[in-house]
Amino acid sequence: MLSYQFDWSVVTTGKYFEWLVSGLGLTLQLSAAGIVLSFLLGLLIAVLRMSHFSPLRWFAHVYLEFFRNTPLLVQIFFWYFGSYKLLPMAVNEWLNSTNFEFAAALIALTIYTSAFIAEDIRSGVLSIPKEQMEAARSAGFSYIRSMQYIILPQAVRITVPPLINQFLNLAKNSSLAMTIGVMELTYQARQVESYTFKGFEAFTAATLVYLVLSVVITALMDQYNNRVLNPQRG
Amino acid sequence: MIKFNAVHKWFKSLHVLNDINLSVQQGEVVVVCGPSGSGKSTLIRTINQLEPIDKGSLIVDGMDLCDKKTDINRLRAEVGFVFQQFNLYPHLSVLNNITLAPTKIRKTPRKDAEEQAMALLERVGLANKRDSYPSQLSGGQQQRVAIARALAMKPKIMLFDEPTSALDPEMIGEVLAVMQDLARSGMTMVCVTHEMGFAREVADRVVFMDHGVILEEAEPEEFFRNPQHDRAKQFLKQLLSPMH
Repeated sequence: MLSYQFDWSVVTTGKYFEWLVSGLGLTLQLSAAGIVLSFLLGLLIAVLRMSHFSPLRWFAHVYLEFFRNTPLLVQIFFWYFGSYKLLPMAVNEWLNSTNFEFAAALIALTIYTSAFIAEDIRSGVLSIPKEQMEAARSAGFSYIRSMQYIILPQAVRITVPPLINQFLNLAKNSSLAMTIGVMELTYQARQVESYTFKGFEAFTAATLVYLVLSVVITALMDQYNNRVLNPQRG
Repeated sequence: MIKFNAVHKWFKSLHVLNDINLSVQQGEVVVVCGPSGSGKSTLIRTINQLEPIDKGSLIVDGMDLCDKKTDINRLRAEVGFVFQQFNLYPHLSVLNNITLAPTKIRKTPRKDAEEQAMALLERVGLANKRDSYPSQLSGGQQQRVAIARALAMKPKIMLFDEPTSALDPEMIGEVLAVMQDLARSGMTMVCVTHEMGFAREVADRVVFMDHGVILEEAEPEEFFRNPQHDRAKQFLKQLLSPMH
């Protein structure tokens, strides 16, 4: 016999439900901003990594190795507990008056994920036949414009499946932000548990919400891939 | 229009272009032929600097390709290039393949670029394919789109690098017809091709190369009737033999 009394109303009604909803709001903000920023940063790092100018290539290489090979949690702690020590007092005061936990978590998630995205985009670019670059250059496009109009649009199409993975990872990894006090979904589920001792319900609810979030991201990306990027297949 | 003066090029120790001297006048059609590995593709690729030369001088449309100050992108915009493998942009529709460079490089307004693209598609007989994607076209159709794409920049010179070598035999004719039409319209053309019928019909001159050297340069009739060099005789014999 189970002695545990299930009470799902804890997570579906009342103030604990509101906590979870507000947590989901922050999770969505963190994920959405992280996805957009990490994609743009990843694209930039990928382009630098393939630059003909060796210092830029080197910088991108060190960036990639550094952020891919250290734990995300340590990076989050670094941005939150470490980075501000290097900043002037005035900036610190301003940071404390803002939502610094959120900013630190977003910076960490963005930079960490951008390293993986950059590598995915780079392998996408390398898979485009070199004749495409020749065709673009012989039409009179500069190297940068050839990348912009001809190579990257094709590479990004190829990169969509691995990108979905990175975006899902980012959304799930956003739960680590609770460790520095960002009141996102996992943080709130933990709060609900602390107040009610209904840990099973609280974390089941959080799990289901993450699951739905992941499924939605995958569906949106697939949709984009089919409708916008590969219309000739439709 | 194009002037090679004592041009040399090496790939590591391989001497791919050896003392090339060649002039192409405006409106001339020059066919370059020779066995594979003779340097003919390298030769044509130097004209828009897909391959830079190592020694000598090369002037194209009044621009010195060896001069560091020459804006190579500006030169390339004036020189159309047609590849053996077409190299259309697979992510763009036929229409957008043709309008991309005019709208982005020439800053032609979208509407004008599209009208012009449609006129070119009409000319190559593919107006009904404007919204297709390259993967939906046959090789011959892709190559005709590639020619239209190059022409959309209103080039002063058109370069063809074995434009029919990747095509099934029944599609060669449709591409050659477009090229002949272009040659008759007065376009300056350099074509690397083994299509001797085309050379005979429209070329002003035939250049025969082997091992990086121009061995013969003659009017087509002269070249086919009375090749001077042994390598040229052998090449023509192989090309015309039924086993080829």
